[in-house]
Amino acid sequence: MMYYQLLGPEIAVALLGLLVLACGLLLPAHGKNAAGYLTTIGLAAVLAAVILNFSQGAIFFAGVYQIDSYTNFFRILFLSAALLIILMSSRYTGWFGERKSEWFSFMLFATLGMMIMVGAADLITVYVGLELMTISFYILSAYLLNDRLSAEAGLKYLIIGALSSAVLLFGMSLVYACSGTTVFTGIYAALSAGPERPVLLAGMVMMIAGLGFKISAVPFHMWTPDIYQGAPTPVTAYLSVASKAAGFAVLARIFLSVFPAASLDWHPLLAVMAALTIIIGNLTALPQTNVKRMLAYSSIAQAGYILVGLVAANTYGLKGLLFYAMLYVFSNVGAFAVTAAVEVEAGNADLESFSGLSRRAPMPAAVLTICLLSLAGIPPLAGFAGKFYLFSGAIQAGYLWLAFIGLLMSMISVYYYLNVAKAMYIGTSRQEERVTLSFPVQTALWICLFATIFLGVYPGPLSELTELAVRLFIAG
Amino acid sequence: MNGFPILSVTLLLPIAGALLITLVPPTREDLIKAIAAACTLGSLVLSLVVFCGYDQVQGGMQMTEAIPWVRDLGVRYALGVDGISIPLLLLTNLIGFSAVYASWHTGERVKEFFLLLLLLISGVMGTFLATDLFIFFLFYEVVVIPIYLLVIMFGSSQRVTKEYAGMKLTIYLLIGSAFLLVGLIILFVKGRALLGFPTMDINTLAGADFPVGLQVFVYCLMALGFGTLLSMFPFHAWSPDGYAGAPTAVSMIHAGVLKKIGGYGLIRIGLLLLPAGARYVAPVIAVLALGNVVYAGIICLTQKDLKYIVGYSSVSHMGYVLLGIASVNLISLNGAVMMMFAHGVMAALFFAMIGNLYQQSHTRNVFDFGGLAHQMPRLAVGFMLAGLASLGLPGTANFIGEFTIFVGAFGVYNVLTILAISGIVITAVYILRTLGGVLFGPRRPEWDHLQDLRGVDMVPLLVLGGAILVGGILPFTIMDPINSGIGQLLGQIGPGQIGGIL
Repeated sequence: MMYYQLLGPEIAVALLGLLVLACGLLLPAHGKNAAGYLTTIGLAAVLAAVILNFSQGAIFFAGVYQIDSYTNFFRILFLSAALLIILMSSRYTGWFGERKSEWFSFMLFATLGMMIMVGAADLITVYVGLELMTISFYILSAYLLNDRLSAEAGLKYLIIGALSSAVLLFGMSLVYACSGTTVFTGIYAALSAGPERPVLLAGMVMMIAGLGFKISAVPFHMWTPDIYQGAPTPVTAYLSVASKAAGFAVLARIFLSVFPAASLDWHPLLAVMAALTIIIGNLTALPQTNVKRMLAYSSIAQAGYILVGLVAANTYGLKGLLFYAMLYVFSNVGAFAVTAAVEVEAGNADLESFSGLSRRAPMPAAVLTICLLSLAGIPPLAGFAGKFYLFSGAIQAGYLWLAFIGLLMSMISVYYYLNVAKAMYIGTSRQEERVTLSFPVQTALWICLFATIFLGVYPGPLSELTELAVRLFIAG
Repeated sequence: MNGFPILSVTLLLPIAGALLITLVPPTREDLIKAIAAACTLGSLVLSLVVFCGYDQVQGGMQMTEAIPWVRDLGVRYALGVDGISIPLLLLTNLIGFSAVYASWHTGERVKEFFLLLLLLISGVMGTFLATDLFIFFLFYEVVVIPIYLLVIMFGSSQRVTKEYAGMKLTIYLLIGSAFLLVGLIILFVKGRALLGFPTMDINTLAGADFPVGLQVFVYCLMALGFGTLLSMFPFHAWSPDGYAGAPTAVSMIHAGVLKKIGGYGLIRIGLLLLPAGARYVAPVIAVLALGNVVYAGIICLTQKDLKYIVGYSSVSHMGYVLLGIASVNLISLNGAVMMMFAHGVMAALFFAMIGNLYQQSHTRNVFDFGGLAHQMPRLAVGFMLAGLASLGLPGTANFIGEFTIFVGAFGVYNVLTILAISGIVITAVYILRTLGGVLFGPRRPEWDHLQDLRGVDMVPLLVLGGAILVGGILPFTIMDPINSGIGQLLGQIGPGQIGGIL
């Protein structure tokens, strides 16, 4: 018996995307705001449905698709991220002009792609979801057609994305060659039973490389700064939180449910990658003077922290991975929302544009400060609780050196985060008038602020949720 | 007062005040100041109640509160006080209350100032009240960011810019705390393995028998983290620059109580959880302590800026505290905690007086002043009181602290202690020279316009000056709880041999 209603969220998001697309064609120009409202309400409804059915699970199509609490956790993550980004971009979308409603539908399709990636229990399905997401992002990155940087970002993402997909696909084909199946459970069984095959190592490394592009782990991070800086800010925000989380979701599921059967130890490889990602991300973020670009480098560093959870691969580490991915949504979207507001106001996201923001817009300045400090892992904000889980996991698994690097670097990262705070609080700005924010943007900011503080001060509830989600891998 | 969560109320009152201030429009400056004053007064009164209500005969952690917080980490929101934390809690509130009054004349961005100040006071208090490592660390780092913002927004740029001072202070303390955090996580992970269940409770973790090698390693990490905060030589460079750049209230709180978190952490967490490690590393700490006392003291001799004099002098005096901690016996540890209290009150009073003077004269150079006792007799009283306490004059609380430390330390490190006592001579030289140069001598007419302390300006002098004298004349009021707390702690860790590393 199959519970097809559990696939409801995916079906609903697909229908919603098509509906919004149709709306854009049918509605007159001044009615296009309806697309935004429709998207918001639709996403909120789907999110509510997923939360209500959190603990239900089922396996579909002979193991190809799997709904469990892990899937549901990430569905919640993607849907909340999408919702927050739609809210925060309410004024920014004005720059898209006529093509505004299509923007919403591409956001929905990207979300759908991520949901499929995390639900997939089969290599081909993962790939289909990944491509749906990535192709949507190619278009979204280049959405400011008249902006040279945006066009460049789209093109770069297309080339690098295609390359990484090819590498990933090649890796998958090698794994298929070793096991004769693409379904995860089948691969696990085949690898456990069969003899050791060196070619599997090549497959694994290529899959790490392919997914490494998606999560922008060093040395596959080169594309990140240019694309993050050039793409429209809401797209950058979505790319940094949700696309990255989707990459981690797939990486963790494959490595924890398939490759334990391989006799090769992949942990040290990932540990070195994580350390390099943390170090290079943080050090290159130090001299940046454009806040979007700084956030791009910081997001590389953040990927390194999250990767630590996978290196540890124990309860604390994996809970940390999920916890961090979730809090990263709120903290990073909060930071990008303020950046987008400043960009709309000043025309660019240079550090100078943030000067004196605390006088012109006290609340966004406070939100940006708090979100950035959360990313730096300063208690009592969410980032600290997340890092505590991650590095507890790492130390428990014997990676003391990794914990040293991670925590030292996160303290160093305070420098560039505080530079923004410094500009906002003691800089002087040419303009004097207060920055006005639309209601949806304010809502998004309040949600991000509240979540960032709440998850840090009282991490209990989210921690229980992650416990449910990781039980799948640890017990089994 | 059964069932009344007195510690939580004391702790959260300033936070509640800060939240209240966010609702007040920025133009209502009087209301904002009144809220800040009321909250800190409330906390001060409650901490006095705690101080008087603590049962020394029974000892141990009292007035405890515990709420499960994060189940899988074994974190509980647990508060409690014992003889070690009570004087420091009182110190925090004495200084917090005075700091509000010392910044009464803050003219611009009053809302931000008092909001951050209240958060800072709560953060510091939390470290002394928490009996759970996680909660302790939470409060420990909470204080760093308000300080940064206060320094860059309200600080002064004299020898170094306030941006530089603020960032230097922040990065130093955060890097120190990174080592500390690694240490805490190791304790947590190992404690979980040894005890079989996750816990962050300090007393429960003390029951886990950590292997000696691990203890030494983790204690070294803690000495780095807490030592940086305590401005242990050679990690002290942030301290004079930071104080010089910071606004008065932040200098007061920073030199007065924040540094003491370092000493408190070394005793409460370092010594209690890692007795073998603490004793193993102790000789190194003692040698570094001598570096503090002598090196910083000699630098102090050449300083011209009043804030730098007090800054280096506070680094120098922290050497005594470190020496007391490194000697690991009842008398020396009593002295160390007493010294933390006494030095806190003294440094805060010093900075309050300097702040008042600087605000009117816009200079802190010793040689610009002279004969101020003519124009500002009350300020002169404050300066004298703080200065004489600083050089350990009998009758002040500092004398009790220093004397006790030397008595306790002499049996353990004869030569080092004698060398450290030379610090008293150095202190006497620079303090007397400073006091003489600033306060005495012929009247200088260019300072005739300076207003003496009056009205609210008197509050820091009365509160902190009173505490110095009470601590010096009736030392048992503060020494008795300390003695009960340290006695209990030493009983818990048992006897042991100091040294092994040298």
